[in-house]
Amino acid sequence: MKNRSLISINDYSKEEYLHILDVAEDFEKNPRQKILENHVVATLFFEPSTRTRLSFESAISQLGGKIIGFTDAASSSTSKGETLMDTIKTVANYSDLIVMRHPLDGSARWASEVSSVPIINAGDGANQHPTQCLLDMYSIRKTQGTLENIHIAFVGDLKYGRTVHSLVIALSQFNATFHLVSPEELKLPSAIKKYIKEAGLKYHQYTEIEEVIDQVDILYMTRIQRERFADPIEYERVKNSYILKDHMLKNTKTNMRVLHPLPRVNEIEEAVDKNPKAYYFQQALNGVYVREAIVATILGLK
Amino acid sequence: MDHNIQKELKVSALENGTVIDHIPSNRLFTAIHILNLDKNDNPVYFGTNMSSKKYGSKGIIKISDRFFDREEINKIALVAPTATLIEIKDYKVVSKYSVETPKEVQSFVKCFNPKCITNHQSVPTKFKVFTDDKGVIKLLCNYCEKTTTQENMRFQ
Ligand SMILES: [Zn+2]
Repeated sequence: MKNRSLISINDYSKEEYLHILDVAEDFEKNPRQKILENHVVATLFFEPSTRTRLSFESAISQLGGKIIGFTDAASSSTSKGETLMDTIKTVANYSDLIVMRHPLDGSARWASEVSSVPIINAGDGANQHPTQCLLDMYSIRKTQGTLENIHIAFVGDLKYGRTVHSLVIALSQFNATFHLVSPEELKLPSAIKKYIKEAGLKYHQYTEIEEVIDQVDILYMTRIQRERFADPIEYERVKNSYILKDHMLKNTKTNMRVLHPLPRVNEIEEAVDKNPKAYYFQQALNGVYVREAIVATILGLK
Repeated sequence: MDHNIQKELKVSALENGTVIDHIPSNRLFTAIHILNLDKNDNPVYFGTNMSSKKYGSKGIIKISDRFFDREEINKIALVAPTATLIEIKDYKVVSKYSVETPKEVQSFVKCFNPKCITNHQSVPTKFKVFTDDKGVIKLLCNYCEKTTTQENMRFQ
């Protein structure tokens, strides 16, 4: 993986994901290993995403690396009309690795083709966000002891949610059973279901969380956004059916954990936060270890 | 030779050049555009809405003094997978072949995704070509990973 960009979840093999998760486990035990002291990492955020940026910057800082970059396109030369290619070629001269987030689909792949240093995609428009997927996998393995044979329910917007799509693709390599809970208009696209079918696995579709919550190991919640609905009345009708409340966790399996890519709006009631089955804040913390592992692996240090 | 017969021959037979046959009628002008025949200097003749036993209605293009690389001609497989080619030298057929669907296409098709980087900056497009369960040709964008189908293919 040394010097190889991470653009899409499809770029790495199952063995390579598992290697990153193992390295992340090591960083969780000892997060401040000063192995990046002679390295400069650029974090280029062409659109703001405070959460993802801070997670990366914390990971790089804990490893002792130096950070250069910008936090939104307005403060960069992009606002003066510089092309992405020119920005990347320039920054590649100043750094050993580039972490980038950009509003256009495919921007990270293009950057990796013109850059002399590896690129980590921290989100390219609606397309890919592979580090989120790896931290989701880490959280599942950590809470369940394995990634194999998991029963996972995805709840909410399964049509547009890129984190859901990536995680479905990744877990299709680990013999998962998929339980898909969404309103009719936000069902998982057939292009993604194809990965499940090709792996010879099963999926089941539901419209209510209660139909499946007691059977699963992982409950993966997502936001439902009003703007995804052509008909606002339809949004009003379904929005409350996809809110997780504490009493709903009563008869769930003891190993069951609730994940969410955050930020949440109202889809998980705050009362759930105190339930030991709520895992989403720990999941965000895991993101730091996983990003330490990705940076260290790509730089050939782990 | 009588002037009218000569004229007739000019349209129906080529001394040297390429005949592209069995193009679906509604794709004829797209095929001409893809091959840049609207911008070259060689004489080009075409016919469309001609009856074909096999395809119902077909179009045909004849280009004088012009021969194509396989790679170049295979571009039209995206819109005319049934097309066949005949190469003519000295009024004689020297070779016949069918177009083949390329595995990859670069630069001449646009990505249908309005949010794709290729539609905003000068990034040459790149697609993997595949055929779905129903035999329909589709293009997977190397950049945004979205699929452009035959109906929404636009050419640069
Ligand atoms: Zn595209």
